[in-house]
Amino acid sequence: MHEEVVEEPVLRARERRAWEPGNLLKRLGLTLLVLAAIWAFWEGYRAVWKATGWTRPFVVDDLTMPPMADIVSRLWEPLAEGQPPLIRDLLDKSAFTMREALAGFLLGAVIGFVIGVAMHHSRLLRRGFLPYVVASQTVPILAIAPMVVIWLGGKGLPVWMPVAVIAAYLTFFPVTINTIRGLDSAEPRALELMRSYAASSWEVLWKVKFPASLPYIFAALKISATASVVGAIIGELPSSIQDGLGGAILNFNQYYSLDPSALWATNIVAATLGIAFFGAVVLAERLVVRSAPEHVA
Amino acid sequence: MSGVGSTEPPKSVGAGFADAGAGKSAAAAVTMTGLTKTFAKGGTTALQEIDLELQPGEFVSLIGPSGCGKSTLLRIIGDLVEPTRGTVLVGGKSAHQARLDRDYGMVFQEAVLYDWRTVAKNIALPLELAGWDRSRRTDRVKEMVELVELAGFEGHHPWQLSGGMQMRVAIARALSFDPKLLLMDEPFGALDEMTRERLNLELLRIWEASRSTVVFVTHSITEAVFLSTRVVVMSPRPGRVAGVVEIDLPHPRTADTREEPRYFELATQLRELLRGRTAEAVH
Repeated sequence: MHEEVVEEPVLRARERRAWEPGNLLKRLGLTLLVLAAIWAFWEGYRAVWKATGWTRPFVVDDLTMPPMADIVSRLWEPLAEGQPPLIRDLLDKSAFTMREALAGFLLGAVIGFVIGVAMHHSRLLRRGFLPYVVASQTVPILAIAPMVVIWLGGKGLPVWMPVAVIAAYLTFFPVTINTIRGLDSAEPRALELMRSYAASSWEVLWKVKFPASLPYIFAALKISATASVVGAIIGELPSSIQDGLGGAILNFNQYYSLDPSALWATNIVAATLGIAFFGAVVLAERLVVRSAPEHVA
Repeated sequence: MSGVGSTEPPKSVGAGFADAGAGKSAAAAVTMTGLTKTFAKGGTTALQEIDLELQPGEFVSLIGPSGCGKSTLLRIIGDLVEPTRGTVLVGGKSAHQARLDRDYGMVFQEAVLYDWRTVAKNIALPLELAGWDRSRRTDRVKEMVELVELAGFEGHHPWQLSGGMQMRVAIARALSFDPKLLLMDEPFGALDEMTRERLNLELLRIWEASRSTVVFVTHSITEAVFLSTRVVVMSPRPGRVAGVVEIDLPHPRTADTREEPRYFELATQLRELLRGRTAEAVH
């Protein structure tokens, strides 16, 4: 009497299999292969430009493009005589920046979501304030950051607090835009059904609109995750914070001609931090939206 | 098959009408008076002067070509659309009050299941909103799952089910809170013929067990004849009632009902009404 159960959508099954141990190993192998390819491309580019003496788009030498081996090995060398290896210092600074970025990310995500919900519910708010939300993002963060530092600095707040606010400033925008879009994505019929159950608008929001918006919100959180790291690094500059990656980047920038590998090494660490943030959001998405298939959106 | 209520299924519709005849308006499940709907855009008249009365326990189909306003009529009854003129009373209340009192179970052409909820949690949604506690919800969900013969699929997600199974979940969800009125808008329109016929039988069984009043929109003549106690034929532009046909086929109906001469007569009668000819059995 029963119809047969329809197969799991092919894409979904494939994605789930991708997380099985054997496939994880395969993915690790792929990652290593890609890293090797990047390494090979870097060194190949250097070799070709050096051999031919091409000067466009720029002259290639150990200053403009240090050998990859130098960059990586620089991580294990001390900053100065008798100090711990650079990687120790950079990891400490990463932890500091990560705290700023994480606080900023959470703050921005919550604020972004709340603004999104408010704008979803009020056309007046949307019409009136959305242009200013957009405008807020066209002002360069470098122009905003010093003001935030002046406003929030020296109020007994932790020194990284203004930086977190700057990171939040970059984080909230995608979340707001996608929350508005996501809440609108609930099917009209699904909403009519809720109306027929005499559901309150609060119930409609939490039981239908919010779950329907999750794929959109997570798409925004992925953008925000990396943006919050960038925001934290840039936010450190006007605050003259030396304990984070921003301070390190500024410092190594000044000594680039003496020690180019240090800046490149720092960039690699900063990029790794951004990837870690991104990965954390992807993981959270898998845990939260695991019951909703890809075609929900 | 489960027993929702131990009452005997009605043997024929005749008895139901006899009860209802006495009280008239007060006892009517739905009373529509002078219902007119004009859409602001382009000034199309979707419905014109609809007067209809549905008795409790009836299974009434609205049939007509597309654009005759049958879905609009259903949505006005369900307080999803406001009529331009006229009134709807549902069990003596306004449609708005009836909706707030959760008197409607709605089923649309698509199952409209919430993908992030399992079968059980989809069925439980209206119960959650009505403030039922967990144990009561669990009991009712179990009952409903058995009623629509989906036991064993409670933990499945909607996308793991076939179209017919999804529709059964939608029906179970619509019936879960014992609504007085079941409003169905072409629920089987998107299904293949075989699934549709099987679900027709199941719907009749469920209706007989639950004894709720059903308003059923369809564009299938045979489906209307097979399911209904009465069929309202509508004509398009503007949507009006072209005729009402009593379906006097005995209950319970089975697959054999579709072979009976009376079944074909009634289908022919509906077909002619739909073509615009005057049939003798106009109510």
